[in-house]
Formats: sequence, structure tokens, C-alpha cells
Amino acid sequence: MNALFTQVFISALLFGAITAAVPLLLAGLGEQMSEKSGVLNIGIEGMMISGAYGGFLGAYYGSSLWLGFLTGGFAGMAVACVMVLLCVRLGLNQIVIGIGITLACEGLTALLHHFQFSRTYPRLEAADVTVIPLLSDIPVLGPALFKHHLIVYLAVAMVFVMSYIYRHTQLGLNLQAAGDKPAALDVAGVDVVRTRTLAVMTTGFMAGLGGAYLANIGAGIFVPYITNGAGFLGIVLAMLARGRPIWVLIGALLFGVCLSLTTAMQVAGINMPTDVIQMLPFLAVMTMLMIFGRRASLPAALGLPYQRGVR
Amino acid sequence: MGQRILLMVGPVLVALVIAGAILAAAGVDPLAYYGYVLQRGLFSAVGIQQTLTRMAPLLFVAAGLIIAFRAGIWNLGTDGQFLLGAVTAAASAPWLVSFVPVWLALVISFILSATVAVIWSLLPALLRAYQGVNEIITTLMMTFLGTSLANVLVKLVFLDPSTTVPQTRTLPVADRLPRLFGTTVSSGLIMGIIVVIAVHVMMTRTSFGLRLRMVGASPRAAVHAGLGVPGLTIAVFALSAGLAGLAGAVDIIGVQGNVRADWNPAYGMAVIPVVFLARMNGFASIAFVFLFSVLSIGGESAARRLGVPQDFTLVFVAITLIVLALAEYYTQHSGRMRKPVTP
Amino acid sequence: MNPPSQDIIILDQVTKRFPGVVANDSVSLTIRSGEVHVLLGENGAGKSTLIDMLSGVQQPDEGRILVDGSPTRIQSPRHALALGIGTVFQHSMLVPSLTVAENLLLGGPWWQRPKSAELKGRAAAISAQLGMSVDLDARAASLSLGEQQQVEILRAQLRNSRVLILDESTSMLTPKGIAELGALMRRLAERGQAVIFITHKLKEAVDFGDRITVLKLGRKVGEIAPEKMRSRGNDEIISDIVELMFGKRSGDPETVQYRTRRGSSAELPLIEVQGVEIAPGPGHPGLFGINFSVAPGEVLGIAGIDGNGQKQLAEALAGQLPANGSIRLAGTELAGMPVGRRRMAGLRYLTDDRLGEGTVGSFPVAMNFFLKEVGAPPYWLRGFERPGAIAQRAAELIKQFDVRTPHAATPVGRLSGGNIQKVLLARELADGAKLIVFNKPTYGLDLANTLNARELIKEVAARGIGVILISTDLEELLALSDRIAVMDAGRIAGTIANYDGARTSVGRLMTGLAA
Repeated sequence: MNALFTQVFISALLFGAITAAVPLLLAGLGEQMSEKSGVLNIGIEGMMISGAYGGFLGAYYGSSLWLGFLTGGFAGMAVACVMVLLCVRLGLNQIVIGIGITLACEGLTALLHHFQFSRTYPRLEAADVTVIPLLSDIPVLGPALFKHHLIVYLAVAMVFVMSYIYRHTQLGLNLQAAGDKPAALDVAGVDVVRTRTLAVMTTGFMAGLGGAYLANIGAGIFVPYITNGAGFLGIVLAMLARGRPIWVLIGALLFGVCLSLTTAMQVAGINMPTDVIQMLPFLAVMTMLMIFGRRASLPAALGLPYQRGVR
Repeated sequence: MGQRILLMVGPVLVALVIAGAILAAAGVDPLAYYGYVLQRGLFSAVGIQQTLTRMAPLLFVAAGLIIAFRAGIWNLGTDGQFLLGAVTAAASAPWLVSFVPVWLALVISFILSATVAVIWSLLPALLRAYQGVNEIITTLMMTFLGTSLANVLVKLVFLDPSTTVPQTRTLPVADRLPRLFGTTVSSGLIMGIIVVIAVHVMMTRTSFGLRLRMVGASPRAAVHAGLGVPGLTIAVFALSAGLAGLAGAVDIIGVQGNVRADWNPAYGMAVIPVVFLARMNGFASIAFVFLFSVLSIGGESAARRLGVPQDFTLVFVAITLIVLALAEYYTQHSGRMRKPVTP
Repeated sequence: MNPPSQDIIILDQVTKRFPGVVANDSVSLTIRSGEVHVLLGENGAGKSTLIDMLSGVQQPDEGRILVDGSPTRIQSPRHALALGIGTVFQHSMLVPSLTVAENLLLGGPWWQRPKSAELKGRAAAISAQLGMSVDLDARAASLSLGEQQQVEILRAQLRNSRVLILDESTSMLTPKGIAELGALMRRLAERGQAVIFITHKLKEAVDFGDRITVLKLGRKVGEIAPEKMRSRGNDEIISDIVELMFGKRSGDPETVQYRTRRGSSAELPLIEVQGVEIAPGPGHPGLFGINFSVAPGEVLGIAGIDGNGQKQLAEALAGQLPANGSIRLAGTELAGMPVGRRRMAGLRYLTDDRLGEGTVGSFPVAMNFFLKEVGAPPYWLRGFERPGAIAQRAAELIKQFDVRTPHAATPVGRLSGGNIQKVLLARELADGAKLIVFNKPTYGLDLANTLNARELIKEVAARGIGVILISTDLEELLALSDRIAVMDAGRIAGTIANYDGARTSVGRLMTGLAA
């Protein structure tokens, strides 16, 4: 058991936790914006895997990780367009369409991947890390927290950007109103459909970015079904965060630590199924739900399409 | 009636065209692919038997989803309920057959599987019924949790010590569900068909089914009419999860014989759109489950021969679902009818 | 004293139809600056639709709206705001989870930071001028209804509105709150704004209004100009309006045959309600010390402005809302019984929310007759539906109650309001009823269906069944009731035997005056 407590081990564990947390963080932050505006975006898993595929294409053919992030984000956004058209504009059932979008994207990316890469399975080169001077010299924490690819720091920065948007901008007010009382936003002269469109598109971009990270940094390769429920975890995180980005970060880190622990324990040769640890965050969440109940925590108009004059 | 059938078949045809276009774009002749899938999944002796056998667990899952969706409950946790039911069956059946008659062992296993799955759904059910907690999030979480728990059980508790592969003990082929008429088709198919029809009859012809549909269509009307909404909500979860658990048992006791570690066929996620396509009608569900099985079995074969991965089936189902939703939207808005998208 | 009055908005023969209802039937109005223009009318008179058209939520089907003399199609709420039309809706339009300041800032360009500092200054200035006190940092959900209204009025002022619409703003306010709102309206008018004030209460209309327009069943039935308002006493004006609103006894198509009333009866009461109480909740004032009894064959009318606890009383009787106190029906204590057992005991509740809770819109007409008897023989046998028995009985009921439906299998949600009401009436009047609570049985129905429903109520009472008739329509109550209880803020303000002169007493109680 001593192997568990060496500095190198803990450092690697935390490093892995952050790597695992970033996609969840991006998905959770994205989903949070949709939910705030009143759209339950079950299609996020599909947006994420499209982002993973699109991001890998960009990075592989463009030989640039940054190009990959861009194409990944736009791939997620393209899928979000479908969601916007069907659910926000036409008002179709968000759950049915969300599941349809997720399945379609999973299948389509697997199909395309098969035709393009199933013989070669190309890999990307390992990503450059941005070492933050001074901070990275702190023992244990330094190498774990301050030697990551730049996108990791940007993802964490997004937490504060989102917080700022929600608390201090007109857009934040509009989003909150669109989810809580869309009719009030409408009579205040703001187009509810446009506000929700913006939110879902942003979700698509963030989820796509998270998917691209998963493929390009996390794995260095795209494989079918690579997201493996990360988007659904994003939904869970967003619902539990009660509209506050910082809680998405905390939740993502909690999940990240557990995911990282499973890898670390395999490395350390401890004979315990990884599934036990994977269950921990869910157990924690369900316990919290049992204790607190969450009747009042979701936006009032979540899942309901808005149509003016229909009361 | 004619319009309803058109609304079911039309989207399938449109999706065949769209999905065919995707195939063509990937350089595969869609007609050749469809022909091969039909040949392998429907017209070959081996294929049709595999197809019919595959239908059994899918039908049980579909029956559970029909109840849930008609009652307005979004049980997205069938995969976890299915796996726990499967593990329970794999743990109990091989052990029971050693000291009780086979038929009794199998019956007990079925009951245990259903019970475990029902218990697994109890937490989301109680949270929804008494706290109003959204069941989408809780059932999704319970499905992640259930998948992991099933793995833990396979790897730690019910591990077969006699093999090196991490899996449960295996139910001998002779003790599994009988096969039909000298074919390889599992009798689970008959059970599945009976269950779906029974559920259809329950939801459309009985007072209990009507109560469940009232809760789903209008909880306020249900309160006004004096129904006990929390109790009915819990009943919906229990029935839906119990059937998912039975699906797991049917798959193990009928076909697989054991549960391997990390086995998760994800039937639940695949059947959700199928049930929507059937508009939660039992008979249409049987037809669509059959179609889905043909595509799956044929698609698996095509993956080996034509190099088109079986994910294509998923793409096709998803496109059909989206086309259906659009078709419903336009029929409603052109006909100026007010009808909810999901009954 | 006032700046010269100008015409800001002119409605010219505006008509708006909804499926089965003509909400506004060629209504013409002129809104002038510096004037408080009162729109007076009962529920269903078409006031709210008129407001929706002025504030851009709905568009007229026929007729024109002229703003500053030029015909304008008010396309959206945003457009209305840009034209200087601000609306305080009947139901609060504040986002409960945001603070007052944040609510006031809604609607600015989305990429900007909210201009909180500027808002603070302007809000303080306007509040001071108008004598309002608004806490900008309070969360909207924590405000009382009166405070929420002040915020919405302030919002209109912040947007430089020239026309302020107040939709039934006083219906949930305390008398003090009403007086304050009235004073505020006067100050706004003095500053040259046009105020449109919608109310049911005559006294408020006379006290605060410069001009009064009376609407009835979607039509404008009269207007009292400022000169006339000034030249006559309040009591005279009130009696004029009562005549316009509730109609002269002659020549009114709605005139109802009065029910032959019973004398004071010595019979034992059928239902005795004692000390029924419900704590106030969101959107309703609660119930306090409700006591009354109804004899067999007696009709007890419940009058009052909408939202004064009538619906809560009905739900407490039916068992849908838990309440303290005792409800004895024919000797059986109902308190504590669930809805179904109360129905079996003979209590029936005809809800006013026909589509929301009375019926399941997607279910066939036939099935909606039996929603409260699911599982009961002869329509179900051992849990199984007997389609033959259901179809047969449904056909009988459709015929007997003249439900106009294409087919018994048609989803009930596609029928007109009047026909949905017939389905509900058929269900509640079926065998075994001892006491029936009718909640607004004719609200929103056209004339033929209204008369039909009233006729049914008379028949029911003649059969010896007790009737509690909740209505906001005074004429209906006078025509059908033996006694009339008036509800105000969750209490019974008074109960009046329905003899000559009851009209005045009930009318006064309803409109907030002493009987």
C-alpha cells in the first residue's frame, strides 16, 4: 500500500484527475447554459462525440491541435443547430430529439471513422504542455496542476467566464429569465427563441470542445464511442450544480479523481475492480439527492417550448 | 388508421433513403447493402433464427418502456436495470439447478431478477413520487451505477473460479429455456411477444392502465379524479424496471448462459427510439423490434462481409426517429389539430 | 392644470376571435394622454384580449390600431415597448429568481454589462417623483403582489412609456394598497401619461377614472365621458354602470328565467361546513373560518371577485386541497376523506378548469365521461374495460346532454369549450349525487351553452340535490340562488337571502362596499 502514498503517485493521480475532469467540465458548463435557458439538452452526448471526431480530423489533417479544437467546437455547434431547429424553433420533444441526435452522432462518427481510419488507426503526437513558471515547482501539486496543455487552463478559466456572464451581464439575466419565466423575458422585449438558440449553440461548441479534448489530448486518437457517457455526466453535473459554474468544476474534479484513481490503482497493481471506485461519485450524488431533495432547483420552464400568447 | 400507418412506415422509408445516401457517400452501394442485410437477417435460415432469438430481450425492454412512456415517466435507466437482472439470473440459475428441478430454478431466477431490478428503480421512484425530483437525471445516474455494480458483482462476488475469463458460472445449455420446434430460436421470443401484448392490453383495456395513462397525460386531472398519483408513479417505475430485469434474465437464461465482465449490450438505449417509432403501441413495437433485429443481425453480418460497421443500424434508427418527429409536427400543424407529441 | 390632452392610441373596430369565442367584437376606443381610462367588465368581457393586442402579445383579426394617428400593427412586446406602451399584466411578469434591479434591467442589449448604476439613479428619481418605495436588491419572489406591481410600474416609467396599462391590478391588493395605487395613477395622469386601468370594482373605477368604458361579452356597451363623470355624483355613476354591466331587465338576451325560490326551509341541512380554513398560498388568499350549510334542493350562490378563495373553497370541499375544519354531508364527516370517497358519499365537484384538470384532452370524449369512475362496474369488470357498456352509456350521455362531437372517439380537447362543459356536466350530474359544487359553470361559454347549463342547475335543485354555485356573474347568481354568500379575501363577507334588493346588497359586497 505504500506505493499509494509516494509523491510521484499522488502527483500522477492529480494530473490524471485533471485530464479526466476537463471534458466533463466543458460538457457540464455547456449543458448548464442550455438548462439555464430552459432547454434540457439530452443531445449533448452526440454533440460531444461529433466534437471528438471533428476535432480529431482537424488536428490530424491540419497538424495543429488548435485547429482541432476549433473544428471540434464547430462540429458540436453544427449538431446543436439541428437541436435548435427541431426543439427550440419547432418545439418538438426535447428528450426524444436529444436521444435521436445522440444515437445518430454516435453511429455516424463510428461509421465515418470506420471508412477512414479503421486500417491505419492514426495517432496524434503527444500534446505540448504549457509549464507555468514558479507554480509548477511546488512539490507534488506543481507537476500535477501546472504542467498541462494550454486548453486545460482555458477550460478552467471558462468557469470564471461563465460565472461572470451569469452574474454580471445582460446575457446572464436573459438566460436566467428564459429558463425561469420566458413570458416575462418576452414582455421585456427580448426574443426568447433567440436567447435559447444562443445558449444551445454555445452548449454545442463547449461540448464539441470537450469531445475534441477527449480525442486529441486525452487519448491522442479517435475511437468510436470515445465519449462513453461523458455528455450524460455533463447533464448530471449541470443539474446538480444549481446554475453555478464553480460547482460544475468541483463535481467534474470529483469524477475526475475517481476516474484517475481507477487507472492509478491498476498501475499500482492493486487488485480491486475499477468499477468500485467508478461508483463512488454516483453514490455521493444519489445520497445528496436523497438528503436534500431537489424540487426547486431546476429552472421552472425547463423542457418546455415557448410560444408567445399560449398561456 | 391509414394515416397512422403511413406515419409509421413513411419515416422508415425516408430514413432508408437518407441513410442510403450516407452509404453512397462512403462509397458503398446502398441497394447491395440493404439486400445483403435482408438476405442475412431475414431470408437465410440461420439469420432469421438469430433475429428471432435477439427479439426476446428487446421485447421485454420494449414492454417496460411502453408502460413508462405511456405513463409519462422518462425511465432512461433500463440498461442498468437490465444488467442487474442479467447478473442476478446468471448468479442464481446455475446454482439453483443443482438442487431444485430446472423449471423451478428458472422460475425463481426470473422472479429474483425482476425483484432486483425493481429494487434498483425504487430510489428514483420515491424521489420522483414524493420529492418531485426529475427522473431523467436519477435514472441516468442509476444506470451508470448499475452498470458498475453489475461488473463488481461479476468480478468479485459471482466469479466462476473454474475459468480464467472473468465471468459468472455458466448455465448448462441443456438447462436453458427450451428452443422452439427444433430450431435455434429461444422460447424467450414467445414470452416476449406475450409480455408485450399483455402490456398493450393492460395499458389500453384495463382500468389500471387507464389510471397510469391519466397520470401520464395530465397529473392534475388525475388528482381531480381522485387517483393516488405517488402510488401509481411508483407502480410505473416498478413495472418498467421489473420488465427490464426480466429482459436481462431472458437473455442470460435463454441465450448467453453467463455474464462476462464488462458486458453491456445497451439494449435500453436502442429500444427507446424503437418504442417511439411504434408510438408506444404494443403490436407496432413487435413489428419495429423485429425490423430492428433484422437490421442488427444483418448489420453484424454485413460488418464482417461488406465492411460496413453495424453502427449503421443506429444511424438508421436515429434518422427514422428524427424524421418521425418532423412528420408528426407537420401533420399536426397542417391539420390544425392540438395533440401532444407523446401521448 | 393638465397639459392639453392628445389622442395617443385609437382602436378602430377591432375584432379578435379564438376558436369558439369572439373575444372582442368590433371594439372602438380612444386612449388620451393625461387621462385614466377605466375598462370595466365581468370575466370574459374581453378586457384581457384587448390588453394583449395593445401590448403586442396578440394581433387583431379585423380592424385597425392607430398610434399617433397612423395605423400600426403592434407585432411584438418589444414593438409595443418601443411605441411607449408599458403593461403591468394581471399575472406578475417578474422573474422570481432575479432581484428587482435585475428584472428592471432585462431587455438591454445582450452583450452589455447591465447599467446598474444608471438604473439606480433613474429609479430613485422616478420613485421619488411618484412617491414609490422600491427595494432594488430584493429578490422578486420575496415581494408582495403590491410591491411587484410597483416594480412593474417603475419598469414602464424607466422605459419612458406614454401609455401605462394596468390589468386587474387591484384584484389581489389590500384596501390600503388599492388606495396607494389609485393615487399613483392620478399622479401619472397629471404628468401627462395615459393610464388604462382594468378592473371589476365599480368604486375604484369611479374614484380613480376620468373616463369609463364598459365591456360586456366582447362588445363595448357604454362609455362615460369625463364631463359626465364630473357632473354627476358617485352613486349616480355607479348605478349607471351597474345598469350597463349587469343589464337592464328588459331587452337583454342574457335575461334568465328566475328560478322559483323556496321559502326559508326548516329542513335539516344536507351539508354543514364548519370552521374550514386553509393557510394562504402562492396566488391565493387562503380560507378563514368558513361556515355555511345547504339544505336539500337549495342553491347557495358564492359570489365574489375572482381569486378571493372561491376555488380553494371548492377544492377543500372536493378533497383536493387539505383543509382544517368539519364538512358533514348527510351526517357523514368528509374531512380527511380522499377525493374518491367523497364522490362516493355523493359530493360532486364541477371544476372551472375544464381542460387543465376536468378532462384529459388527448382522451376520447367517451372515456372522459368515466374518468372519476375508473374501474367501477358496469363499465369495468374485474379491471377490464367493457367497451360496449362504455360506448352505450357514452352515446346516451352525448344524446341526453347534446354534446356536439364528430364522434365519441374524438379527443375531447378538440371540442369547443361549451361542449367540453357538457361532458363535465354529464359526468358530475350522473346518479348518486347529493350535493354538487359548480365552479363558474358558465364562464367563457356562449349564450346557448350558458342557458343550457343554468337550466341543468335548476333541474338538479328541483330533484332535491343541494347546489353550491360559485360564480362571478351576478345575474346568474341572482337568477338561480336561494341565498348568496359573498367571498372576500378568503372570508365570507356576508350571506344574503335572495329577495328583491339582493342585487344591490350583493353588488355592493362584491365591489368592496358594505352591504
